[in-house]
Amino acid sequence: MDFDLGEKSDAFREEVRAFLDEVMTLELEEKLYRTGVSHDDGFTKALADRGWLALGWPVEWGGQGRDPLEVMAYSEELQRVDAPTYGIGTTVMVARLIHKLGTEQQKEEILRPALAGEIIICLGFSEPESGSDVAAAQTKAVRDGDEWVINGQKMFTTNAHIGDYVFLLARTNPDVPKHKGLTTFLVPLQHPGVETQAVFTLSGERTNITYYTDVRIPDAWRIGDVDGGWRVMTVSLQDEHSSGFAARIASLLDHTESWAADARDDDGRPRMEDPAVRTRLGRAATELEVSRLLQRRSAWMADEGIVPEAEGPMAKLYSSEALERVAQDLTEMVGPDALRSYFDPTAPEGGRIEHSLRFSLGTTIYAGTSEVQRNIIAQRGLGLPR
Amino acid sequence: MDLRFTAEQEQLVDAFGGLYAKHCSTEHVRAAEASGHDPELWDRLAELGVLPMAVAEVDGGWGASFLDLAVAAEQQGRVVAPVPVIETQVAARLLARMGDAAAEALAAALTGDRMITFAPRAARGSVAPLVPAGSVADEAVILAGDRLLLVPLDGTRTPVENLASMALADIAITASATILAEGPDAVAAHDEALDEWMALTGAALVGIAGRALEIGVEYVKERKAWGVPIGTFQAISHRLADSAAAIDGARLLAYEAAWAHDERGPRAAELAAMSFAFAYETARDITYRSLHFHGGYGFMMEYDIQLYYRRARGWANVFADPDRIYQRVADRRYGSPATDGGR
Repeated sequence: MDFDLGEKSDAFREEVRAFLDEVMTLELEEKLYRTGVSHDDGFTKALADRGWLALGWPVEWGGQGRDPLEVMAYSEELQRVDAPTYGIGTTVMVARLIHKLGTEQQKEEILRPALAGEIIICLGFSEPESGSDVAAAQTKAVRDGDEWVINGQKMFTTNAHIGDYVFLLARTNPDVPKHKGLTTFLVPLQHPGVETQAVFTLSGERTNITYYTDVRIPDAWRIGDVDGGWRVMTVSLQDEHSSGFAARIASLLDHTESWAADARDDDGRPRMEDPAVRTRLGRAATELEVSRLLQRRSAWMADEGIVPEAEGPMAKLYSSEALERVAQDLTEMVGPDALRSYFDPTAPEGGRIEHSLRFSLGTTIYAGTSEVQRNIIAQRGLGLPR
Repeated sequence: MDLRFTAEQEQLVDAFGGLYAKHCSTEHVRAAEASGHDPELWDRLAELGVLPMAVAEVDGGWGASFLDLAVAAEQQGRVVAPVPVIETQVAARLLARMGDAAAEALAAALTGDRMITFAPRAARGSVAPLVPAGSVADEAVILAGDRLLLVPLDGTRTPVENLASMALADIAITASATILAEGPDAVAAHDEALDEWMALTGAALVGIAGRALEIGVEYVKERKAWGVPIGTFQAISHRLADSAAAIDGARLLAYEAAWAHDERGPRAAELAAMSFAFAYETARDITYRSLHFHGGYGFMMEYDIQLYYRRARGWANVFADPDRIYQRVADRRYGSPATDGGR
């Protein structure tokens, strides 16, 4: 056994860290928070210039062919500094799908600008009436000659207000079981009939609800077969194995340790000397270690060509729940001062502890709720009946 | 990064797993509950070389890696084997580090002539409380104040009946003890052995947790209520899924801690404490859940899950509760505090 990520991964981590030290300024961090948008054109361009948008892609696809352990190091570093990657993430995910399942024309039109960081593609799966039950989507697409007419609503279409396309899951056949009547489309967001309305969230992140009224798009924007949308969705989720929030816990712990080293109690004693503080920090550090190990195991498995069917969900489940527990516990440990907000000049550690608590709540919901992850682990990992 | 066992470690799993499967069924465990010790199993393990494997060749052993010991400890936990493998291995390694003062005792331990155990807790006053294997071993290595002692147990021990059916005893520290070391060196030597004891016990607790999960899963797949297997209920399956994730994490952490120890990594001691605390909490939770999901049967002595429930608590709490262990994690990360608050 060997628990080091290896020299290649370590060396690349250093490179990424040096880059981030330079570009992730406090000004950029504040801008991202004030706008609530986890995307920045300059930052994205800088990543694209380094070829880092398609880090793990094969070289012949325009990527760098980095192995999963290098990609892991890269993701950990970006997450640690809360880099603006949400738009990049969804764009590259859809680009990868188009590479696998798209037509020549779609590849021509999408891949180059996507990997150059010139376009943003958003996800349109969730709806007001369906989230975890993705296949229950009600947004309709009706064929009309060589066109489709789309009507419906999508929730949490993050970045739709600055994006170029939405990767949309729509119902094309209401007369068959729900998984069999779905089709996916790439819908240009500037199209007539598409409306975007802002939705504000607890973490400060702005997302959107998008409305589609008689949106007519050519069949050329269909991805995959008619009524073959569920297969497309399955493929799209396949590459998302080693996600998790260990680096977020690491950053929260760093800040709280730094607070504990400086802060004093009413008797002037350093908080770091309080056994209760030490217990809680020791526990948080342990939860971080476990989160990191579970995530790295998934990356290692992917590197070995093994699909981490239950192991990926374990990493997502454990690390997101750990982030929530740790954020809650450390907030209480810091006490009243932890209430001071992100970027309030009086807040300890720039208010990042307050922000972590807010941020943590989304992580057990998006990209498959904890309940969905538990179902997968129970069925595929433990072999429990449905 | 490589998360696979070597071929030799696979063989270790087979050797220990095979021996335990054959000679440590839950009937064997039950038969040994009164004394907390199974002498027949202990002899077989001695033949397999559990003590020489733990000690370097220069000290008369055959120098398995620490990771190998952790692999064997997990197998022990899986069957809750009533034998003091971890304590005697840790004691032998500690004796080997003591040089001439302990050479004779080490030799006797390696041949199996004398069973020498290790007390993870320091003595309180003139008594070392709840020493593992204290009721069956010949001697124990005990830290009393700043003196590391080799204490003969005949005549000094009071066996203690306990929750986990362990072979525990309170040991009186008398003049019959041999001093192995004194001063800061003695304290440091005990501390290092304690790290090893925690790392190996952590691996054993992972074994307990892993098997307790399997027992629970098997039961909820079979048992029906309202016409369906109870494992279909999310109130049950979700808690088992939480434990499955935690157990995988605990296992990775146990092996990372053992690997770091072999590598003499800077975080080895911190990881040993993390592993112990996390493996305990994980084993504590899954043994409770698994027992509870058995319904009334879980409360019956006849069902095996109670054996796991009691040992998960005993094997860890014989040293300390998790809060204290997390303070030890903090000590390793940040250094000991100026006051004695973190100790």
